[in-house]
Amino acid sequence: MQNLDQIAQEATAAFAETDDPDALEQIKARYLGKSGQITELLKGMGKLSPEERKTAGAAINRAKEAIEASLNARREAIRRLALEARLAEECLDVTLPGRCESRGGLHPVTRTLERIEALFGSIGFEVADGPEIEADFHNFTALNTPEDHPARSMHDTFYLQDEQGQAAKDILLRTHTSPVQVRYMQAHVAKYAGLDTMPEIRVIAPGRVYRVDSDATHSPMFHQVEGLWIGENVSFADLKGVVADFLRRFFETDDMQVRFRPSFFPFTEPSAEIDAAYMSGPMKGRWLEVGGCGMVHPNVLRHVGIDPEKYLGFAFGMGPDRLTMLRYGVNDLRLFFDGDLRFLRQFV
Amino acid sequence: MKFSESWLRSFVNPSVSGDELSHLLTMAGLEVEEEESVAPSFDHVVVARVIEVNKHPDADRLNVCRVDIGRGEAQQIVCGAPNVAPGLMVPCALPGANLPGDFKIKLAKVRGVESSGMLCSAKELGIAADASGLLVLPADAPVGADIRSYLDLDDRLLTLKLTPNRADCLSLTGLAREIAALTGTPATYPETIAATVSISVQRTIALDAPEACPLYCGRVIAGVDARAATPDWMKRRLERSGIRSISALVDITNYVMLEIGQPLHAFDNTRLDGAIHARLSRAGEKILLLNEQTLELQEDVLLIADDKHPVAMAGIMGGEDSGITLDTTEMFLESAFFAPRAIAGRARRYGFVSDASHRFERGVDFGNTRRALERATQLILEICGGQAGPVCEAKATLPPRPAVRLRPARVTKVLGVSLAAEQIGKLIARLDFDCTREGDDFIVTPPSYRFDIEIEEDLIEEIARLYGYDNIPASAPRAALSMLPQTESARPLSRVRQILADRGFQEVVNYAFVDSVWESDFAANDAPIRLANPIASQMSVMRSTLIGGLIANVVTNLKRKQNRVRVFETGRCFFRDTPGIPVRGFRQPWKIAALAYGSALPEQWGSVARSADFFDIKGEIELLLAPALVRFEKAAHPALHPGRSARVVLDGKAIGLVGELHPQWVQKYELPLAPVLFELELEALKQAKLPNYAEVSRQPPAIRDLAIVVDHKLELQQLLEGMTAHRPAIVQDIRLFDVYTGKGVAPGEKSLAFRIVMQDTQKTLQDAEVDAAMQKLVNYLQQAFAAQLRV
Repeated sequence: MQNLDQIAQEATAAFAETDDPDALEQIKARYLGKSGQITELLKGMGKLSPEERKTAGAAINRAKEAIEASLNARREAIRRLALEARLAEECLDVTLPGRCESRGGLHPVTRTLERIEALFGSIGFEVADGPEIEADFHNFTALNTPEDHPARSMHDTFYLQDEQGQAAKDILLRTHTSPVQVRYMQAHVAKYAGLDTMPEIRVIAPGRVYRVDSDATHSPMFHQVEGLWIGENVSFADLKGVVADFLRRFFETDDMQVRFRPSFFPFTEPSAEIDAAYMSGPMKGRWLEVGGCGMVHPNVLRHVGIDPEKYLGFAFGMGPDRLTMLRYGVNDLRLFFDGDLRFLRQFV
Repeated sequence: MKFSESWLRSFVNPSVSGDELSHLLTMAGLEVEEEESVAPSFDHVVVARVIEVNKHPDADRLNVCRVDIGRGEAQQIVCGAPNVAPGLMVPCALPGANLPGDFKIKLAKVRGVESSGMLCSAKELGIAADASGLLVLPADAPVGADIRSYLDLDDRLLTLKLTPNRADCLSLTGLAREIAALTGTPATYPETIAATVSISVQRTIALDAPEACPLYCGRVIAGVDARAATPDWMKRRLERSGIRSISALVDITNYVMLEIGQPLHAFDNTRLDGAIHARLSRAGEKILLLNEQTLELQEDVLLIADDKHPVAMAGIMGGEDSGITLDTTEMFLESAFFAPRAIAGRARRYGFVSDASHRFERGVDFGNTRRALERATQLILEICGGQAGPVCEAKATLPPRPAVRLRPARVTKVLGVSLAAEQIGKLIARLDFDCTREGDDFIVTPPSYRFDIEIEEDLIEEIARLYGYDNIPASAPRAALSMLPQTESARPLSRVRQILADRGFQEVVNYAFVDSVWESDFAANDAPIRLANPIASQMSVMRSTLIGGLIANVVTNLKRKQNRVRVFETGRCFFRDTPGIPVRGFRQPWKIAALAYGSALPEQWGSVARSADFFDIKGEIELLLAPALVRFEKAAHPALHPGRSARVVLDGKAIGLVGELHPQWVQKYELPLAPVLFELELEALKQAKLPNYAEVSRQPPAIRDLAIVVDHKLELQQLLEGMTAHRPAIVQDIRLFDVYTGKGVAPGEKSLAFRIVMQDTQKTLQDAEVDAAMQKLVNYLQQAFAAQLRV
């Protein structure tokens, strides 16, 4: 039976000589094919006695199995080699850039406005919107600022021409987002006219506003966000709490002092300016004005049909442009309105 | 309001530093906007008298001076100033002195001559720009005195940004009163003694408009020397308050205005004719003002007039013809109360403001009218001499000061901090307001100098100010919780913006007022909404389209070598519209516009570079509105290429336009390539549909392709809509996948290839059914569009 071992060894050696799957199958035929050596041996067994047949059959089968095993191993090896060769061939320079559209981005002030909406939304403030060409009545008179009130000189107002080309005194570009307060309260009162106690008003109104002013820190068009909370028990202390909470969340730091300083707005009383300052870092201790606020003036409430004895609340107005500048370290307001992609792309 | 701290401290001097004082004012609502020192720091500079001046032996331009510095022996000092002369009083920096700019004075030899100090110019001391010669001091300056204390150079100048309600603080007296209330330090004010009346000349005062002018005091002062010099102390205080010294009489009226807050006016009495009238102007009446402006007045301007002419715009500015001059010897001095409503806005209407109008329109203390007149008289007699006539006074009904009820419970409710009645009482007492108790409540009568205390909240603000805004806690508000609506069928604007940003568009914010040329170019709008007072002509009309701004963004960025520009904006556009909601006469819809300029994709390897075209931008609209199906109808628009523009239609309603910029604008705006753009009504994009489930078929689809040849003018949409309307039930989807013209297709025709997906939800489709469905489509196409099957 030495012969059998030798055949098996020869077969294994022969299989190893080729890398080609077809050639391998041809080599296989030399051993296991119809007239292959092993097949011939099996055919020759008929001549043997039953005793011999038994032992010889077992030996031939062992040899056959050994050859099949080494054949399969070789097939597997050749497949692996072929795969490796293909993989090597398909290899890419993975450091080449990917193919795609580039991302655009939101305007930095939009980012700020969206964060403001989200932060106030988290304590139940809805978002309201109002017209930018506004009636003098809503921009001033309903906000307790009658004609010739000295406070009007605080706002350098853009007026419109009428169709005859004359200055129309009763139509202007809104100088602040506060008229949205008036419109929102009017609608709210009308909506809940039937109830003994109307639901609270919690609303913010972001938008564009206009004043006759233009330099590095003033733009003739800029943004404001108005906030309003009216209820049966809303106090100045709550105003301080909400605004300070907002500023710390907005700037994502507890390292910020917020102060309220008495001021004057015709539509709030008491009124305050809101200043914020970092407690460390390069801007440490520098107070920066971020907005104005106060308790809604009883005359404003009365104007929209809300009883100031029963309801009270606060309003605030903040400058999202200023907040954006502080947050991202932008030093010139005009960059926001210049459309320079090299600037805007930094906020993608 | 600008003033000198040392002047203020002469009235009230709390033991706080300058910085603390500024902080105190700011936190009381009187914001200190600017603080400046009168002089930079320096030391060892004294008043010196030049005794003798001799030429330096070795230098033409230098002198060797002997100088008395009040310390016994005269000092020898070398000096190069051209104005040095014996007898002159000048500042002298002694050896050891530190001057501004880190300049140290030492004993030195100048060209061989010993010099023990330096005589100084104003510039060398950092107190003025004048470097032309030595700072010459008054002849009576005390030799040897420290110059800082002699010239009060440790003083600081504060500028307050006063809110319009605090007119009471537009004077030193008012500020002192406020600081007394804030700190509890008592204030003292200059004593005013009524002048001795030594002549009897009078003028009749007629209050013809008693509501506008309810109180008028005046007096004649004769024999004044209008050329008298203004004393240095007064000049200094005026200059430190930002008021230029003009002449003694003018200076005195300004000084009293700053001190007491009462604007005064001085007439030349010889130029007045008859009685003094405080009356309203007649339409068309003219007056030549002191600022040399001649005004033609409307009917509601309060005037001071004599029997013949208007002589002043009351409370605003005097007339040129009746004013005092350096030759005036007999004056008529006015101190009056003009009602804020009668003054407010008038000066601004004629394009100017004055210190007087600024005060009167905010409210001047009518309890001080006569005192101010006496105070000015006193100073005039002291400085300019003269004899005073009796005070002529006319009085009508002064503004009432109704009492205001203050309820302690309301204070707590509004401020959110519990203040005891007793505490509130103490705070009111500090304000020195008249106050009585009625049960728990305080009944407060505001003083004549406060025009801003009308209702309870006004008092609550005063309480809060004195208590300190800082001392009011910041509390977390409490409210009944209820969820905000989340409307699924409304797509938030933020989502719309984000889709565009993700598609490579950068959001911009452009001005809403634009060049009127943009309106005519991009909207054919020749009657735009104009601003009455634009800041520039290229920002003079309200935009009715966002396109102009986006084109300008391309121009700007091309200049900055950005060759691919994809920008979008959302914003309101403005149209005249009667009736207009919510503002009558105007419609102000939100629009969204996007523009693509340059290559369709960012420049990158392995993709063929081509410019963005109509179909690229159209694709963005389809993506933005998906899954809604949008129709595009060929339509012309003034901004767009007539053959490459379309109206965008959603649910049968036009919602905007899309196209390539018209070649004439491409040329005019000097663009190397044509941008493609769209503009849509934002409202249309905010609508979203709730998803509606339809059963998903488990059966395999049958997919067939269909190629036809049709007239090349035939619009695909017509074809598709027809096919969809006439499709057999099993046809699920018809999609165009190829458009071909050229070899094999006759000129004037085009080949279109569609992929047809067929499916049945219940059963597997048989070939026969599929063939029948395809045949039905082909038949329809042949019939409706004369399409030929392409093989």
